[in-house]
Amino acid sequence: MRWLGLGVAAAAAFVLAVVVGPAHVPLANLMTSDIVRSLRLPRAILAFLVGGALALSGASLQALVRNPLADPFLLGLSGGAGLGAVLAIALRIGGPWALPLAAFAGALVAMGLVYRLGLVGGSALDPRVLILAGVAVGAFASAVTTAIVSLSEATQLRNAFLWLWGGLSGASWDTVLVACVYFPLPVLVLLAAARPLDVLALGEEPARHLGADVEPLKRRVYLAASLLTAAAVAVSGVIGFVGLVVPHAMRALWGHQHRPLLPAAFLGGGTLLALSDTVARTFVAPRELPVGIVTALVGVPVFALLLRRWTAS
Amino acid sequence: MDRELILDARDVAYRYPGAVRDALAGVSLALRAGAFHAVLGPNGSGKTTLVRVALGLLSPRAGTAAILGRAAAAWSRRDLARIVGVVAQREENPFPQRVRETVLLGRFAHLSLWAGERPEDHEAVSRALERCDVVPLADRWLWTLSGGEYQRVRLARALAQEPRLLVLDEPTASLDIRHEMELFELVRALADRHGLAVVLITHHVNLAARFADQVLLLAEGRAVARGSPAAVLTAETVRRVFGWPVAIAPFEGAPQMIPLRSGKDGV
Repeated sequence: MRWLGLGVAAAAAFVLAVVVGPAHVPLANLMTSDIVRSLRLPRAILAFLVGGALALSGASLQALVRNPLADPFLLGLSGGAGLGAVLAIALRIGGPWALPLAAFAGALVAMGLVYRLGLVGGSALDPRVLILAGVAVGAFASAVTTAIVSLSEATQLRNAFLWLWGGLSGASWDTVLVACVYFPLPVLVLLAAARPLDVLALGEEPARHLGADVEPLKRRVYLAASLLTAAAVAVSGVIGFVGLVVPHAMRALWGHQHRPLLPAAFLGGGTLLALSDTVARTFVAPRELPVGIVTALVGVPVFALLLRRWTAS
Repeated sequence: MDRELILDARDVAYRYPGAVRDALAGVSLALRAGAFHAVLGPNGSGKTTLVRVALGLLSPRAGTAAILGRAAAAWSRRDLARIVGVVAQREENPFPQRVRETVLLGRFAHLSLWAGERPEDHEAVSRALERCDVVPLADRWLWTLSGGEYQRVRLARALAQEPRLLVLDEPTASLDIRHEMELFELVRALADRHGLAVVLITHHVNLAARFADQVLLLAEGRAVARGSPAAVLTAETVRRVFGWPVAIAPFEGAPQMIPLRSGKDGV
């Protein structure tokens, strides 16, 4: 019943994202319309994939750091991506893929740094240190970004920030293809970690006693979730809130066992972002709202309702 | 005495990184199926470290630790979890969980990566719930349980692993007399009826003396005495190890310890 509901919601969000837009396309022309085929359809698909990736990554990281407040950008990735994008613009690196690649590279560097700092005693990954390292690396990247921005011309930095917070406006079949090739591996790695994450939630020593290989598990989950988030940033900028609120909504509906929770988070994240993006590009058309604002505006009331239900039972 | 040797740790020594002295300095612990050994000693005497080394979580700097004749470190965690069930001292789940869900985690080492739980997994869970007398709690949230119920549920999870060796680290630390006695009787019955080998770490000298076959007394990482409760728990040894004068009196064949008043208050 819950799965059916989520499936219907996901399908409805997707159809809505294709049918609704600032330009009126009659339903009869939907299949032949250029706007639908080259703009709305890839954008709807990308919104769904990125939303799913962020929510899946958030749910997994919450289990990894054993903290329900974790989200995909907790570990410094958004700071690194922002620095990468700003650097690319400051250094006048051109080309259609320059910004996404620079942001991706920035996120990867941040991920590597945080990972290295999170290793305690050479081999063990300490989730508490990981959080602190993520906050520190993120803050440092933000500081450098601000320094570069304050020294450069206003129009340039506006470009960087528009891109970084621009959401899915750059969606094309190319970015969809990139996501389709890149996402499956980390998504599978995280889905396969579902049951081990249930065990890890008890703590590292109890998890070992129950038969989990804790260190490889933590490394796998951290790297897969970070690589997924870095790619999401590269194709759509920083989109907040999906990775925090969707896992919690799904926890309220499915409980905390990761075998149902992780796939539900993926579907729920895709649904929320497809829906939010539809609102973002139609509400103040012909201009666009940053989709991150919409995810918060749509997500918070839903979240509040679920939270009420959750705490009442 | 020809029952199978399950745990065999010989003269193991271990020092935590950065520590100035060994947490464990040459201690042995060997158990056959059906045996119930209690490990006693003051805080910091090396009880938990002994278990960690014996189960391959820490590698000893001297000595050997083997389980079913194979070095503890050579076992994969998964294979070992099918042989040894542990109720550790500490555990904290940031996410709420129901009793049946947590006991089902005991089946982790028996399940394959993608497949769901099989009928035999649910049967093992039901058996474990029954043995620990927590069937009526199966659908309750863990946070609604009393301390005694919670410990029985954690024991049920260890039993769901279908282990041959059960290790309990201070399982009755915060329990009242009834729940404490129920747990000791349950563990004794598991050893007698189902042939489980049991290692129990505890501060309860008197209960260890009445329930365990063998007692290992640790102090500062060394084995001070080992053997039957009557042989180990003499007034002189207990006073020396725990640093407090005691009297020992027999009760139903087991030595029982009575801590003495220090006499400083005016006597």
